[in-house]
Amino acid sequence: MIEIKEIEKLAELSRIEISDEEKKTFLKDIDSILGYVGQIKAVAGTANSINSREESKLKNIFREDANPHDPGQFTEDLLAVAPEKENDCIKVKKIL
Amino acid sequence: MINLKNLTISETHNHLTKGDFSAVELAQAYLSAIKETDGDIKAYLEIFPDVVEQAEEADKKIARKEEGLLTGIPLAIKDNILIKGRKCSAASKMLADYVAPYDSTVAKRLKDAGAVFLGRTNMDEFAMGGSTENSAFGPTRNPSDLSRVPGGSSGGSAAAVASDETLASLGSDTGGSVRQPASFCGVVGLKPSYGSVSRNGLIAMGSSLDQIGPITKTVADAEIIFNAIKGKDPMDGTSVETAGAISANRKNFKIGIPSDLMDTEGIDETALKNFNESAERFKSMGYGVECVNMPNVKYSLAVYYIIMPAEVSSNLARFDGLRYGLHISGKNLAEDYFLTRGGGFGIEARRRIMLGTYVLSSGYYDAYYNKANQVRSLIKNDYDEAFKKVDFVMTPTAPSPAWKIGEKIKNPMEMYLADIFTTPANITGIPAISLPSGFKKDGDKSLPLGIQLMSDHGREDLLFKAGKDFLNE
Repeated sequence: MIEIKEIEKLAELSRIEISDEEKKTFLKDIDSILGYVGQIKAVAGTANSINSREESKLKNIFREDANPHDPGQFTEDLLAVAPEKENDCIKVKKIL
Repeated sequence: MINLKNLTISETHNHLTKGDFSAVELAQAYLSAIKETDGDIKAYLEIFPDVVEQAEEADKKIARKEEGLLTGIPLAIKDNILIKGRKCSAASKMLADYVAPYDSTVAKRLKDAGAVFLGRTNMDEFAMGGSTENSAFGPTRNPSDLSRVPGGSSGGSAAAVASDETLASLGSDTGGSVRQPASFCGVVGLKPSYGSVSRNGLIAMGSSLDQIGPITKTVADAEIIFNAIKGKDPMDGTSVETAGAISANRKNFKIGIPSDLMDTEGIDETALKNFNESAERFKSMGYGVECVNMPNVKYSLAVYYIIMPAEVSSNLARFDGLRYGLHISGKNLAEDYFLTRGGGFGIEARRRIMLGTYVLSSGYYDAYYNKANQVRSLIKNDYDEAFKKVDFVMTPTAPSPAWKIGEKIKNPMEMYLADIFTTPANITGIPAISLPSGFKKDGDKSLPLGIQLMSDHGREDLLFKAGKDFLNE
């Protein structure tokens, strides 16, 4: 059983504002979901050999760091969707 | 008057090239159909203002004899697939006014083929849900019964096809979001093999699970669209070239039924009876039907509801209110984040972000996320073993027909259980198709039912073959 303060912690980590009423709803929902998904803890014999065999099939894929687009080619389109901007920059509140 | 009811893509193509009607006339017929029925169904979030202009371009292409199968074919596009210069909101307040600065690879390929985009279709917010009720812009209704959900998350795309408001559509499928609404609306839905269709320009939900797929009236139509959008794309590192092809004289196809999964409680009686009849139908067509032992597949839903929220919490971290999308200003930068994300995301998105944050947090990572990945490989193993014996694994697409609007919205876990049969294909990356298989009578309404066929990775060709046999195409 998770507690209300864990919900508050999750909301904080997720940078999401939630009301006290919602905290209760989320507590009930997340508790019931964790109860269901927790059944995998009972699966026996998930030997590391299986996991490492799967992992050996996975590899990172990178594109060649070559043929860059022209500087500024997408600036206008991308800035057009920014909520606040100044000159060719996205404007944010000061951090320090 | 063009009879939209019976049109398929290849027939329409013949009509267009023979000059029976033009792409403009066809587009206008669909626009009238939308005007007539979409007030009730609400499949679309927006009808594009330039549909007729797009159709004019298609007519020119046809006149120059440069047309392909999709030239002039009207399509509806799920609202999480980017088309340059058009709004793409993922049915979220977070992106309500977002205009796509580039084309997704699928949109680019369909444009090049000369398809006509009618509009963007409603969905559960950020593709999270199985009923389209999580849309920030109101639910879509099932064309078979307006008091019921069309399924989801691609509910708008499925309802639009089922009500002849488009000839075909695109959806996206992370845990069943193409197949389940196709089943609920009585149409065909394909979830391609992971990697076969580029995800570039699809608003990400679960990146190891997401695939774009067609929703159509026939299997042949699904095949045509799949062939147009598939293939390796330099913009998606996980995309691959797939080219399964059945040898011409191949016979004796075998279907496996995972008895471990069919023992699940809560399958609707009529749906189960329909499933068994469908299996008999395959037998009568010469398919072998046998039980296959897949002991770990029953954990798919639990694995899915750990891995998917984990990926959701990472993918949706990008919505910070700074670079694009909704921005709610607070006292400082941190408050901007909290207010924007609290106000922009609906309840299901917030629930999944928080759940994902939980299963990835240091104290619970091993018990949930790590363990889920281990069980995921056991499930893959079950399928690898099954496909040594059979060509297909078959289940119902969903445990029941469409439910009433509002019936499950207050109980997310109950809603999640509807994904029991569809999530295994996403977890393993294999292709799966939902085929309309009959109806459940409910008063004067007939609620569509569907069956699902899965095949080995890259073997969509097998699904098309069996699907056409099943639907007598």
